[in-house]
Amino acid sequence: MRIGVDEDRCCGAGQCALIAPEVFDQRDEDGIVVVLDDAPPEDARAAVREAASVCPAAAIGLDESR
Amino acid sequence: MIGRRGVVVVGASAGGLSTVEALRRQGHAGPVTVVGAEKHPPYDRPPLSKQVLSGAWEPDRARLRPDSALAESGAEFVYGDPAVGLDADALTVHTASGRRLHAEAVVVATGLRPRTLPGQAELAGAHVLRSLEDALALREELGHGARVAVVGDGVLGTEIAATARGTGAEVTLVGPQSAPMTAQLGPRAAALLADLHTERGIRLRLGTGVSGLCGSGGRVTGVRLADGEVLPADTVVVAIGADPATAWLQGSGLATDDGLVCDSRCRAAEGVYAVGDVARWHHEDLGSIRLENRTNATEQAAAAAAGILGGGAAYRPVPYFWTDQFDVKVQIYGRPTADADFDVVEGEIGGGRFVAEYRRGGAVTAVLGWRMPKQARLRAAAALNNRAPVAP
Repeated sequence: MRIGVDEDRCCGAGQCALIAPEVFDQRDEDGIVVVLDDAPPEDARAAVREAASVCPAAAIGLDESR
Repeated sequence: MIGRRGVVVVGASAGGLSTVEALRRQGHAGPVTVVGAEKHPPYDRPPLSKQVLSGAWEPDRARLRPDSALAESGAEFVYGDPAVGLDADALTVHTASGRRLHAEAVVVATGLRPRTLPGQAELAGAHVLRSLEDALALREELGHGARVAVVGDGVLGTEIAATARGTGAEVTLVGPQSAPMTAQLGPRAAALLADLHTERGIRLRLGTGVSGLCGSGGRVTGVRLADGEVLPADTVVVAIGADPATAWLQGSGLATDDGLVCDSRCRAAEGVYAVGDVARWHHEDLGSIRLENRTNATEQAAAAAAGILGGGAAYRPVPYFWTDQFDVKVQIYGRPTADADFDVVEGEIGGGRFVAEYRRGGAVTAVLGWRMPKQARLRAAAALNNRAPVAP
């Protein structure tokens, strides 16, 4: 799995950081998403999928083929 | 268990899409059909009053999922075919084109219809903003020198005013409150928002009601205030709230009262659930409420999906919304009230970035972030303990 984020879409709600804190964080200055691990391990992927699905700005894209 | 007839979701916007994804995430592999009134695949509404309205985004960017992701969900999406009736006992949805969809569970996610002023429909240049088409039609009329009056000082009206001003339009914001978004922010933060709008060149004409629109030759020419004064305008945006889209449920036997009435698990009747703007449910901490918030659509969808699949628990989120106006992002967790104490707990108002807590009787009832998203979220998680504050 590879994670890509669209900073321009990100609304800074931080739901991703709440759901998968080992993979997502927010910048201190403007709350925009920061990916801590763009190739997350197997045991983190369910949370990453949920974070991508519930992102209120559809800012997280996942490539499951990699 | 949900079997062969599967789940029918009425509404193909954020709530409907989130329901599909939550059902799949929670293990439902069977059929799901989504019927939407609009002709578009699911798109996001928050950008309509911001990036789409300003022209920064072309409409396609507001889409919530690419076709490939919709196909992968395995759900059938039907667009442009509004539901016209529900047989709640038989769990059958009837659509305008004559479809009859039988289900084992029905999810109502039909959203809102914007309110209008009398005579508005007959006047060119008088707009509402709910759909993509609405946003594109309004966008055509913005730009340098356009005289725009926005009627409504809530979240949507205030955002539209800011975006319109950003295009160079001459903007007047009209509404009954003493400052924009007072109901949502309380008086202190609303006063800061008023300052922001004034600094950026928006004319605030607040504390006044509107008695109607003025027009000539089928085109709007202004807004008539309650005191008889007329504000001349080339374009008028009416953002005076919206009503839950429940007319199609007439005759279903389901209770509607400013929304489809649900229990604490978002269930309106055996096998019928409601999600998003249209849902009025019993929040165990806050009582009977309905939330017109983007994140609620998604979270409530997950709660409804869990209920459909035989699990689930009472749905009791901390209400949350954000708004972007000019370069300021404001985030609100919980429910601010006018009588709450307002204490800055991080940053400074004068520095243009801060987090504030609202307190009543010593307890934190809401947290506001002003250009401090991450800090506001962390404060809210700590102060509200991921629980909604008790009802006033």
